[in-house]
Amino acid sequence: MNALVSLLAVLSIVVIAFLGAGAGLEVLFGVVLPYAAILTFLVGFVLRIVKWAKSPVPFRIPTVAGQAKSLEWIKHQPLESPYTRRQVVLRMALEVLFFRSLFRNTKAELKGGPRLVYGADKALWLFGMIFHWSFLIIFIRHLRFFTEPVPALVTGVEWVDSFFDVGLPALFATSVLLLVSLSWLIGRRFLDPQVRYISQAADYFPLFLIFGIASTGVLLRHFAKTDVAGVKELGMGLLGFSPPNLGELGLSGLFYAHLLLVTALIAYFPLSKLMHLGGVFMSPTRNLANNNRAVRHVNPNPQPVQVHEFEHWKEEFKEEIAEAGYKLERD
Amino acid sequence: MHDQGKVIAGIVIFLIVVLFPIWYTGAFGDFTPPNLDPVTDAKECVKDKATMTAWHMDLLNEWRNDVVRNNDRGPVLIAGKEWEKSLTRTCLGCHGSYRKFCHKCHTYADVKPDCWQCHVVPEER
Repeated sequence: MNALVSLLAVLSIVVIAFLGAGAGLEVLFGVVLPYAAILTFLVGFVLRIVKWAKSPVPFRIPTVAGQAKSLEWIKHQPLESPYTRRQVVLRMALEVLFFRSLFRNTKAELKGGPRLVYGADKALWLFGMIFHWSFLIIFIRHLRFFTEPVPALVTGVEWVDSFFDVGLPALFATSVLLLVSLSWLIGRRFLDPQVRYISQAADYFPLFLIFGIASTGVLLRHFAKTDVAGVKELGMGLLGFSPPNLGELGLSGLFYAHLLLVTALIAYFPLSKLMHLGGVFMSPTRNLANNNRAVRHVNPNPQPVQVHEFEHWKEEFKEEIAEAGYKLERD
Repeated sequence: MHDQGKVIAGIVIFLIVVLFPIWYTGAFGDFTPPNLDPVTDAKECVKDKATMTAWHMDLLNEWRNDVVRNNDRGPVLIAGKEWEKSLTRTCLGCHGSYRKFCHKCHTYADVKPDCWQCHVVPEER
């Protein structure tokens, strides 16, 4: 049901874009909505980060997987239990770039009755890495529509990505890798009963949405082409706050479907789990040094701390407790 | 707010990165597109303009494969007219200037076709 709702949401975005572009609403889908989405993204992203930064951090709570810094004859594991800022940054970098903690993912399986077997499970790490890195490369590649002159980095990434030179225009390796890894991530939510049980619409929707973006993108490049120079005119026009006349550009309905899916992703980003892009840096189990004993950490909560003692609580809910017929232990 | 300095620095870095296309283009380039109108003497192409803009590479690829790999130089019949399968004689016959025709959109959209690995870039007329 969760999956179905998400799939229908993504499909309706595609249908709306096709109908809208056909009905002369190009300005709405090509200009107004993209601007609104970008504004939502920038403001929403910053507000989210500020909100997270406002929560008090009274104590160092890094999740560690190794020996903390202790006496000098006990070997410290700086990457598992960072003590200095440098070590924290190093551990964070490995986490962000290579998903180090996910590499340790394990699975528990019941094999032949009562035997519970634990084993390594690197598949999620592998497909997660493929997905995220492909997405980043595709994002960088798309800068050719949003920069003038196109930076050498973008051209270089395109050259490497189209190295196999299959087809014309050349097929990008990341186009295939993104679709394959997404299929695996979607399949995992359907086929693994435990994961399916905890999967919400908010888990399926971004996957289907990105799948929609990737497939319409592949279609636009290889199967239902449109005028790329015109696409860039729109991209540059939006950035320069002087959008071109979309009626004259005559971009295809499929292009508007691709654009509206991306617009939806951008607007949805700060409201959803996708905020882990910023959140990973704000995570107190990752960005704090394990120096609870070595450094004095003053409680940042307002003093005196407001407490709600048992006696107060009992007094406050006396009637409700009596009404429900509970007997409290301390009575 | 805890670690105010670091959080604000992080937000500033984030904004600099996501707004890269704006400040980069503002500093080094131009938002208004160059004049992309193809300069040509011809009134009509082998197919209509919209099709040619989006699909010319497929047509050229097909012709290239026919000529180079299958030794089939045509002629090809499109919309009641016969055309020779040749970039140099058919396409460049009307679109004589590389600078004013091919180059314009290809540079703008960062497309690097293989044509000129074999063909000599036509001299400007």
